[in-house]
Amino acid sequence: MSTGPQSPEPPRIGVDEWVASSEERRARSVADRLQERLERTPAAAKLVALALPFAIFPLLVDSDYLKQVGIDTLIFVLLALGLNVAVGWVGLLDLGFVAFFGLGAYLYASVASEYAGRHWEAQFAVPAIAIAVAAAGFLVGLPSRRLVGDYLAIVTLFFLQIWLVVLINASFTRGPNGISDIYPLKLFGREIVSLNGYYYVTFAAFVVIVSFLYLLGRSRTGRAWRAVREDELAAELMTMPVNRLKLMAFAVGAGIAGVAGALFAPAQGAVFPASFDIVLLITVYAMVVLGGAGSLFGVTVGAVLINASLEALRDPDDASWLFYGVVVLALILLMRPRWLPVAVLGATAVFGVVVHEVAEQVRPSLVSGTTFGTASVDRLVDSWVLVPEGAVGPDGLPAGALARLAYIGLIAAILALTLIRSPLWRAIALVPVLYLTFCVWENILLAQPAVARFVLIGAMLVALMAVRPQGLFGKQRVEVV
Amino acid sequence: MTSDALHGPLLDIRGLSLSFGGLRVLDELDFAVGEREIVSVIGPNGAGKTTLFNVITGVYPPEAGDVLFDGASIVGLDPHKIARRGIARTFQTLRLFLNMTVKENVMAAAYGHTRAGIVRSVLRTPGMRREEREIGQLAEDRLAFFGDRLVGYRWGQPAYSLSYANRRRLEIARATAANPRLLLLDEPAAGMNPVETNEITELISRLREEGGFTILVIEHDMHVVEGISDRVVALDHGVKIAEGTYERVATDPRVVEAYLGTSAIEDT
Repeated sequence: MSTGPQSPEPPRIGVDEWVASSEERRARSVADRLQERLERTPAAAKLVALALPFAIFPLLVDSDYLKQVGIDTLIFVLLALGLNVAVGWVGLLDLGFVAFFGLGAYLYASVASEYAGRHWEAQFAVPAIAIAVAAAGFLVGLPSRRLVGDYLAIVTLFFLQIWLVVLINASFTRGPNGISDIYPLKLFGREIVSLNGYYYVTFAAFVVIVSFLYLLGRSRTGRAWRAVREDELAAELMTMPVNRLKLMAFAVGAGIAGVAGALFAPAQGAVFPASFDIVLLITVYAMVVLGGAGSLFGVTVGAVLINASLEALRDPDDASWLFYGVVVLALILLMRPRWLPVAVLGATAVFGVVVHEVAEQVRPSLVSGTTFGTASVDRLVDSWVLVPEGAVGPDGLPAGALARLAYIGLIAAILALTLIRSPLWRAIALVPVLYLTFCVWENILLAQPAVARFVLIGAMLVALMAVRPQGLFGKQRVEVV
Repeated sequence: MTSDALHGPLLDIRGLSLSFGGLRVLDELDFAVGEREIVSVIGPNGAGKTTLFNVITGVYPPEAGDVLFDGASIVGLDPHKIARRGIARTFQTLRLFLNMTVKENVMAAAYGHTRAGIVRSVLRTPGMRREEREIGQLAEDRLAFFGDRLVGYRWGQPAYSLSYANRRRLEIARATAANPRLLLLDEPAAGMNPVETNEITELISRLREEGGFTILVIEHDMHVVEGISDRVVALDHGVKIAEGTYERVATDPRVVEAYLGTSAIEDT
């Protein structure tokens, strides 16, 4: 069959060469080309490319804090990989996923803690927990397997809520206080106590799981999963047991979350119900969506990007850099033609200088305050944005009523911006809105990075989804043609 | 069909009835399809033809009656189990796995007659690898059935990039990859131009000669029906109004009435 269909005759009308080549005629972005390159790379090379940065990370850093962040990131990667099975491959909107992470963590606490009075070795505990949590995933899947879309989402969310209520109220879980005397991992008689040790155990789990998923994705089961995602009825009528395939996906995803939980508990030394709530669920979803649901490489990158950003945003200096960087990047990615973002940023700079100058002449108190930011970028914009006197209250939090008004004004302005249809007027209106955004950042958001970081991650996701709905490394999918 | 006398028909439909609300969609329907026979089902829109396919393949349970396949009742079985027994179909409104490649679409349908589970897939046992090679070969063979239209570079293309006619061909290729004995084709020539329609007519005959399939086909194009059918069954409002050779059914007054209305007969 290798002769191929290239016959000397010219393309015929009605034959689909045009459709076939339309893909190539479509302008391709950097991410598209990167993704194509990715598809051509052999599996082993891909695994090395994916695992190598993780493998050498602890050798490059020597702060304990960063190593801890590395362990957390790897656990998030495991969670994103697990969620990707149900969400990315089979297309099931599973909102109960983090309950399995919690179950894995609590199961570890119940086989290796002072409270439980046992200390199972990890080489038995982790696989046993994986199987037990996979079985739990199977059981939760049983009543849900005939549900699709929104209905499945609501039912699985309900399971997560039940799980949280049980954790908080049951006596054997010690309620909201959690179980805090968890023993460290013990592998073949040796206790792991160093951060490096935990990092590499988690890394090993990552390599095993990502290889497992890669091979599974390229098998009869993986093909059937994707067929179910594409068209359930057609899959069923083409000999695939749809219900059983869905249960398998639930179980595999849950098992991976269980492993993540079993590694999370000893790394933290304690488990609390609050660690497995909806905020975590949304974070893991954001990772899968940002990286590209369905792509192992994508969700791994998504998990790293989001966790690294969330960590970076804890520190006000880094947060400022990230904030201005993301705003500029979003403008460049979103606006066409290419010179437009440059013009808008230039106009914003001029606008700011004028406003600042006028404000100084009219009411000097509007610009005489100091911001929360200490990064060089903050000092740079300090002499440019309006910072009213007394912006910082005695408790170190934003005090000025003006700043709060500006916050509300900003939200209203962004909403109003979406109503403007003409691209020219929208670009012009964007100038004062950008300026207002910078004012709000310096006056309010920077004071509370813990809150601001979620706002910023949300804004990043919105901007990315507008440019690339399929996520960074996701494949663009066609629903109906 | 000499084998009929020995083994009975491959598909035997007995007193099949189904209503949607108050609407009788299938009404005491009886007919049979013998091994390696090509039978066409015709009838005006809303006659219950696609519903009949849906009942045979287990999408809807019938209210009364029985469907015997190779002598055994298949009513009440899950659709995938019915498919595994040897009934595969195509869809009037195409239902391909659009975001999978052409070859993957066909390979996916081999699920029912392959075995590798999760453990064997992950360990890449020799048996699993052989099975994968066989499925790949099967898919290439099934696609090659359509000449040069679905081979070579097309294998790696997503199904959504195919033209309408090629999507219809891919659906047939996918159905045959399930290794069925009975193929149900739901309007295979719908939306095709005259050249492609002729090609489909020829193809359906080849499916029986070379593939050995028994074929039950719903078709509106009377040239196709005439070209392929051993027998024709005409439905109207869920009732069988005529059965027999193409010539007999096409000239049956009740069939003409169903298609054209009573006045058409009175006028002639």
